[in-house]
Amino acid sequence: MAFVNLKNKLIQVKIVYYGPGRGGKTTNLEYINRTFANRIHSEMVTVKTHGDRTLFFDFLPFDIGLVNGYQIKIQLYTVPGQVKYDATRRLVLRGVDGVVFVADGMTVRRENNIESLHNLQENLASYKKNLRTLPWVLQYNKMDLKQQGIPIMTLQTLEQDLNQEFHRPFFPASALEGINVAATLKKIISLTVASIRKEFR
Amino acid sequence: MSYTLDQKQLDKIEDILKSELIDNGVRCVFLIDMAGNIVTNLDNGEKQHDIYSLAALAAGNFGAVSAMAKIIGENEFSLLFHKGKKENIHFNKISSEFLLITIFGNDISLGFLRMKVSESVEQLKGLLEALSREQA
Repeated sequence: MAFVNLKNKLIQVKIVYYGPGRGGKTTNLEYINRTFANRIHSEMVTVKTHGDRTLFFDFLPFDIGLVNGYQIKIQLYTVPGQVKYDATRRLVLRGVDGVVFVADGMTVRRENNIESLHNLQENLASYKKNLRTLPWVLQYNKMDLKQQGIPIMTLQTLEQDLNQEFHRPFFPASALEGINVAATLKKIISLTVASIRKEFR
Repeated sequence: MSYTLDQKQLDKIEDILKSELIDNGVRCVFLIDMAGNIVTNLDNGEKQHDIYSLAALAAGNFGAVSAMAKIIGENEFSLLFHKGKKENIHFNKISSEFLLITIFGNDISLGFLRMKVSESVEQLKGLLEALSREQA
């Protein structure tokens, strides 16, 4: 639910990083926070448990500058990935404008990815939204682990499991090393901003 | 599903918040939506807060407290207030989509603040009702 402030010419847009637990959602935001410090004017907010897992959400406001004379402020959020935190996940999704689904590339996490995508669909439905109309992209994370001999799924398997129905843009990535983190972010921002522009046209 | 407020609407909202709250000693007031976006914010010029983080956390906090209320069989809690040594924060729901947050010192009593917030909310409701209807 983007808010357009015509007085200050400011648009606030909410993008949520969704996906299974320990998949790299927070790592994406940490990398963005380190890399784009000149576009971020506040501290990254994170609500964690003692075990360093996301309890509620991480939050990072990100300025992309002027588009058609409007200042665009992108509000990046992550959800807690653990299955038991479904109620808080649903809260974070409220008013979402765009989603990055961060899938875990490790073969052992195949079912977790599928389950998390179903969960995203269910939670979006509670706000009368769905993956057919919402701007979203996929990120296949942890691709770097292949070099360490850890079994990683092929892109074909990941696409078949998660994107066969939707044909959305996808990015093989390593959030830890920053590979394709910026590309994922750029893509979701451009899709989301385009969708908001279309809505107002 | 986005929404827009123009200069006239925002000026009206800011006038209400200034005359009812800031002019009565409130340090800082935010009108936010439940997604965590800031509709408008005013302060008395004394302190600058990280308003975007505050709004995100406030919307999350309000959502979490509402969910807790439902679990124990309450529709909602009527008083949401955190007391600090010097600063206090008060949350008031305006409609299903909007929330008013005030930050105030110990020089204002909670009772007086609640009365002023409630008067502001009554005035804001009319202005924001049309928006909430559009989004429903």
